[in-house]
This record gives sequence, structure tokens and C-alpha cells, in this order.
Amino acid sequence: MSNIVIIADARGGKVKRPTLEAVGAGVDLAAKASGQVIIVVVGNDLAPANDELKASGAHRVVAIESPALANYSGDGYAKAIMEVLPGLSAAAILMPHSAMGKDLMPRLSALLKTGMVSDATALHFEGGKFGATKPVHAGKAYLKTIAEQKPFMATLRANNFEARLGKVAAEVQASKPSFGADALKAIVTEVVAAANDRVPLQEAKVVVAGGRGLKAPEHFHLVEDLANAFGPGKAAVGASRAVVDAGWRPHREQVGQTGKVVAPTLYIACGISGAIQHLAGMRTARYIVAINKDAEAPIFKVADYGIVGDVFEVLPALTAAIAAAVKH
Amino acid sequence: MNIVVCVKRVPATDSKVRVAANGVSIDPAGVEYVINPFDEFAVEEALKIKEAAGAGSVTVVTLGAADAGKILRDTLAMGADKAVLLRDGGVPHDSYSTAECLAAYIKTVPHDIVFVGKQAVDNDNNQLGPRLAALLGLPCVSEAAKLTLQDRVFTAEREIEGAREVVRCPLPALISTQKGLNQPRYANLKGIMAAKKKPLEEIDAAKIAPATKVVSLTLPPERPPGKILGEGAAAVGKLVDALRNEAKIL
Ligand SMILES: Cc1cc2nc3c(=O)[nH]c(=O)nc-3n(C[C@H](O)[C@H](O)[C@H](O)COP(=O)(O)OP(=O)(O)OC[C@H]3O[C@@H](n4cnc5c(N)ncnc54)[C@H](O)[C@@H]3O)c2cc1C
Ligand SMILES: Nc1ncnc2c1ncn2[C@@H]1O[C@H](COP(=O)(O)O)[C@@H](O)[C@H]1O
Repeated sequence: MSNIVIIADARGGKVKRPTLEAVGAGVDLAAKASGQVIIVVVGNDLAPANDELKASGAHRVVAIESPALANYSGDGYAKAIMEVLPGLSAAAILMPHSAMGKDLMPRLSALLKTGMVSDATALHFEGGKFGATKPVHAGKAYLKTIAEQKPFMATLRANNFEARLGKVAAEVQASKPSFGADALKAIVTEVVAAANDRVPLQEAKVVVAGGRGLKAPEHFHLVEDLANAFGPGKAAVGASRAVVDAGWRPHREQVGQTGKVVAPTLYIACGISGAIQHLAGMRTARYIVAINKDAEAPIFKVADYGIVGDVFEVLPALTAAIAAAVKH
Repeated sequence: MNIVVCVKRVPATDSKVRVAANGVSIDPAGVEYVINPFDEFAVEEALKIKEAAGAGSVTVVTLGAADAGKILRDTLAMGADKAVLLRDGGVPHDSYSTAECLAAYIKTVPHDIVFVGKQAVDNDNNQLGPRLAALLGLPCVSEAAKLTLQDRVFTAEREIEGAREVVRCPLPALISTQKGLNQPRYANLKGIMAAKKKPLEEIDAAKIAPATKVVSLTLPPERPPGKILGEGAAAVGKLVDALRNEAKIL
């Protein structure tokens, strides 16, 4: 059997779209490799997560539950998953390239003595071998590799694979780890929620980003207002490194080579020049809009729709127009 | 306090990437190579911890070819005590084999803390920290953006989706460093002179084959050339129309 195992990111008991996208990618791969799709989910009080995972298109859900695993723990989750993996005949293991996926998958891969592709944007099954394509050099090039070891492992970039719902509910198999909290060395003591409830940058369908053209931190509300105009939970706010380094915005909002790489449907760059390191973080957006007062700014070379103008004039007008359009 | 820092030589972030004739790697012609930006945070944090402890040593290690010697000298000039070049013998390593080679070396030296950058900006793998931690049997915090060390226990903060995670992690431990952790120092003239006398050891890396094979390196399709809709607030109407009718976003 060549099963495809999906490790769910069910942080806080919630299953978000990137996990469902990974299941979707798994279903496609399983059809080619003629295997089943098995989801492994780790946490505590997993009933609501299981309900959602059951309907995601997988054949089976293995739910590892323990109070010791309520918060994410790299060593704990890896240990727990290593206990169930031998029974799953995994030919491939997939997970979203989320904060959890980035930390957990390399550990599993090291323990399984195999390779892994991180942040994959495409998966392949050719001549009986699994492979993947991923952006390298911050998206300036794409690297295609095939796996020489088993299992094949990959974390998947959000917004690149299609989530779909299953026709039949998967069977849920409950499991408990053999160890307790005392086996964990690094412990999460606190999870501090961000001050606002905006969608995380990398999951957002719309990103509105601001740069030095905003002139001062107190003007950034123009960028936030435009993001809000798209409606609740729709748009995230991003920033160029120049304004992050100046202390106007937190580092978590930085888009680019040394910040976050985003691939939303719509990216709106406001007062951002379009330096190569910034382009690296957003050039795969489906549509790019640029607002800059300099018609020669490099951002216009990649912008599907450019407006040459002053952000202080254009942003309020655009915010009003988007708010009106969203209402209809 | 014995600290090991892993660093990698990578193309500068403003480099233009061209594909070499072999079709699987970048053409190094005209590319400027630098220490991976995230590894500078790792070196700085190691130096700060050693200075605060008032004792110990910082060893910087890289797996690569002889040309990685320059970034090792640079870290010695920043203040590291010793550098080690693990000669890769021309093997094109992936994350699996890099971690195995580095772990094989680190196991032979005392290490209370191992620092790595969160990601090397060449292949953007973002794997080495947790991999190495698993191989060395160390607890690990990846992408640490804030660190305090007290009584041999780290309190670390890392960003997750929509929140911050606070992690308690006892030594020995492995930390991967995120931007925001510190402001890396520049080497001064005294440091540069001192670096010339510091040990830079070269040893052959363990012979381990990569687990993945590169099929191709390709450039992404060019985006269609940009289109300017107009000037000022007057162009907003056109933009909203385009978003609604062409892009179908609204
Ligand atoms: C190692 C390294 C890593 C880096 N990583 C990143 C990264 O991850 N992300 C990143 O963004 N950068 C990164 N950079 C920095 C990058 O090179 C640029 O310096 C940065 O992106 C510039 O930010 P900016 O566009 O906001 O500022 P600027 O380049 O100063 O551009 C400001 C723009 O605003 C326009 N403007 C001014 N006033 C107005 C107005 N009133 N209305 C409209 N437009 C106006 C100007 O015409 C100009 O185009 C990195 C650099 C290095 C060396
Ligand atoms: N060849 C190497 N030699 C030494 N350290 C490395 C090497 N490759 C990666 N690293 C370290 O691992 C970190 C993460 O790299 P990566 O997982 O390749 O993105 C880097 O920031 C370095 O600290």
C-alpha cells in the first residue's frame, strides 16, 4: 500500500484551510499512487477538529489525544506521530508549511532518515517516484526534485493546492500516546493572541501592504482602513522592510525575502518601491495593484494595475470605493 | 558555556539568479556571496550569551567548500573563538544530508547551545534547526524572535499564525534565529586583526548522500508587463472595474 499521510495543523483544536488544501493535494497524489489518504491529528479535545477532518476527503483519521499535547510541542508531537506511523504504510507525508509544519516536519523527517521538500508549490508522481517543486532564492527560481528515500515528505505552501470535500465521512480512530507531559523538554507556557483578529498574512486572500511612501507610522491607518474595507476576515496588512526596520510596523508584517512570502489573490502595494527583496515575497500573487507617486518605480513592472498617485489621495478614495463595491 | 553556531554561505539577496548550463544549479558568475542574513542573528546571540556568562567559547561551523572560509573569518572578526570548515567534497547536499553531516561533527564537541539561522536564503529550506535538534536529541525552539537565558533555561518567543508562543526550554538546547532577535554587530578593525590569529580548522565531512535528487532549476514565467491605469484618485473607478470584471475579486 502506498498511503498518503497528512499531518493536520489543528492548533487550538481548529482546522484551517491550509490543512484542507494538504488533504486535497493528498487525494490527488493518492489517486496517482493508488493509495489511501490518512490524516493524523494531534492535540486534546479533538472532537470538533475530527468532525471537520472527517469530511475533507480522506479515508481515515487517526486522532492522537492527550492533555500533555494540548499545546504544540515539537518533541512531543514528533514522538506521538512516530508511535502511529509504522502502522500507516506511508509512502508520502504532507503538511501545510505553517508555523507548526515548519517545526514538526523536519523533526519527523530527520527521525525517519529521509528527505523533505519545504514550501512546495507542486507535487509530482512520475515513474513510481514522488517529487516536488518549490520556490528557491525567494521565488527567483524553482527547484524540482525527486525523492530517493522513503517516505517522501513535503510541506505545502498555502493557496497553492485545492481543498475539496469528501463524499463519504472518514472513519476516526482514536489513539493515545505512550508518554505524558514529563517526557517533554521544551514546553509552551503561554500563547498570546495578536491584538487584532485579522487573518494571518500567509492565509489571506487579499494583502494590503504599505511602505515608506506612507511617510510616518501614524499614517498606516490608511492601509488598515483599505484592508478593513474588504470585509471581516478577508484582508491582512503587510509592510516593506524599510518601515519594519524603522519601527513603524512589527516584523511579523514584513513581506519579502527576509520576511514572509505571500501568494494572495490580490496584493496591493502602497508607497512601496518594489525592491528585488520585496518582490521576492509577493510576485506570485494572482493580481498585483501598485499605488506609487513615481511612475518609474520598479513595482509598476510587476503590477497588473498601477495607479500613479499620492497614497494620501488615492487610498481614501479606493477605500470608499471598495467598501461600496463589497456591500453590493 | 560552549556554543556552536552553524552558518552558511549564500548569494546576496539582491543577486540576479541565472541557471547554470547543467540546468540544476545557479550560475555563480557575477554573484556576490555573503553569510546567510539569519545566521548573523545566530552569531550575535551566541556572542551576547558568552559575554553575559563571562566564560565559554563560540565555535562557528559550516559545511561547504573552501570558498566558505571567508564568511568563517568574518564571524571570527565579529568575536567567535574558533571556526570549522567541514569540507563537503563537492557533494550537492540537501537538508537531510546537511543535518546528518553537521550532527556527526557537533556530537564530537561540547555543546550547551547550538544556534542556527531559521532559513538559508538560497534554497529557503527552513529545515535544519528542527532536523539537527532531532538528531542531537536536543529540545529546540525554531524561529526564536526573543530569547532570555536564566539559570540554564531559555524563555523564547516565536511567532505563530495570529499569535505569539512563549516557550520554556532548558539547556542543552538548539535555537533557530528569526529576524528581530538582535542587531548583529559589525566587526571592528581590532576584531579583524584578532581573527587572523584565531583557529580555522578544516576537516572532511562525514560521507553522506542526499535523500533527494535535483531534476531541474528553472526560472519562473515572467509576469505580464505591468499596466498603468491612470493618475490619482480619478483612476480609482477604473481599478475597481478591473478588480470586479477582469480579476473577479469583488
Ligand atoms: C539582506 C536584505 C534583505 C532584505 N529583505 C527585505 C524584505 O524581506 N522585504 C522588503 O520589503 N525589503 C527587504 N530589503 C530591503 C529592500 O532592499 C528595500 O530597501 C525596501 O524594500 C524598501 O522599502 P520601501 O519600498 O518601503 O521604501 P523605498 O524604497 O524608500 O520606497 C518608497 C516608495 O514610496 C513612494 N512614495 C513616496 N511618497 C509617496 C506618496 N506620498 N504616495 C505614493 N508613493 C509615495 C516612492 O516613490 C518610493 O517608490 C532587504 C534588503 C537586504 C539588503
Ligand atoms: N551547509 C551548511 N553549513 C552550516 N550550516 C548550515 C548549512 N546549511 C544550513 N545551515 C544552517 O541551517 C540554517 C537553516 O538552513 P536551511 O534549513 O537550509 O534553510 C541556516 O541558517 C544555517 O544556520
